[in-house]
Amino acid sequence: MHSFTKNFLRGIIRSNPTFILLLGLCPTLAVSTSLDNAVGMSVAFTCVLLASNIIISLIRNHVPVRVRIPVFIVIIATLVTIVDLMLQGFIPALSKSLGMYIPLIVVNCIILGRAEAFASKNSTTNSIADALGIGIGFAWAMILISLIRQLLGTGKLDLFGRHLFTVPGLGDNPVAIFLLPMGAFFVIGVLLALFRWMGVSTGE
Amino acid sequence: MSNLIAIFFGMALVNNLVLVKFLGLCPFFGVSKKLGSAFSMGVAVLLVIVVASAVTWPIFHFLLIPYGAEFMRTVIFVLVIASLVQIIEMTIKRTNLTLYNALGIYLPLITTNCAVLGITFINIDQAYTFSESIIAALGAGAGFTLVLIIMSGIRERLDMADPPLAFKGTPIAFITAMFLGLCFLAFRGIIR
Repeated sequence: MHSFTKNFLRGIIRSNPTFILLLGLCPTLAVSTSLDNAVGMSVAFTCVLLASNIIISLIRNHVPVRVRIPVFIVIIATLVTIVDLMLQGFIPALSKSLGMYIPLIVVNCIILGRAEAFASKNSTTNSIADALGIGIGFAWAMILISLIRQLLGTGKLDLFGRHLFTVPGLGDNPVAIFLLPMGAFFVIGVLLALFRWMGVSTGE
Repeated sequence: MSNLIAIFFGMALVNNLVLVKFLGLCPFFGVSKKLGSAFSMGVAVLLVIVVASAVTWPIFHFLLIPYGAEFMRTVIFVLVIASLVQIIEMTIKRTNLTLYNALGIYLPLITTNCAVLGITFINIDQAYTFSESIIAALGAGAGFTLVLIIMSGIRERLDMADPPLAFKGTPIAFITAMFLGLCFLAFRGIIR
């Protein structure tokens, strides 16, 4: 069980995909305008990553090395299509606001990266731990960014239609620039600098 | 005709791939440290985006729609783009070695670049005709190259600047991207 915990914990902080490895930034920045989107995206992403890690670790000894990348891409694309169709069917509002960033999970470097670097070389249990760790790492980064953007950009905090909290003084005149695309660049830039200042090694 | 011009500038400036749609961020931050490599990367992406749009449009409209298989879009497009990049790479290697030396190493990276797949999705979602798709792809590629070149020019200077220690490197690049985005916000007025 020792290696399970180790593989699980690694993705959460030490090799966090967003803040440490700087991978898969496109969805993180694009849909982090509200907490709803962040939660939806994280769940969709983790489902795809978990399923792809499980399948790839199961077939890892049967795929010829030379065609492994196309095989991985087809598996990931199929899983993404399933998640996309399920979202469209069961939560159409969320599917609409996430838009094309759901099908674009296919080209997210994290998922193909984990398939190539981890799942194709390790046992299924370890791959599950790895996927869950990376998924949680992705989720907390995404939720943190969207929390900052939503609090400053709208002045209040809503989650799935329920109003939770209004920032004193910001409720009536929010800093709308945080909802614009450049707000995302600013938030992640400042967060990266903050982590570095706190002594966490980020980047490349 | 004016419609096509509007699509071109809309894609290049108003809805810029990197700064507004957040597509292709990996090359934007990864290959923007030197002006020369930024230009090569931009041209490679432009080339692949245009070819990919030209190939995926007929596939979607003449193959997937008649057979009612639109849900296969993601799978088919990814495969088509991956093999397309391979073919482009091999063709350039055979025909023009100078060009291959300039673009060669960037082409494989483009396979998993969300900018290419994103544009093919946008073409379908916006219900563009074939010529509109090509123009949209040209505009998006041109906008990507433009932003990459501006960014690399700024970053070459930033290397000599002296930001706070914590901001050095990637964080300051993100802040730079924010200011670039603010500048591009001004283009919003040019298209109704």
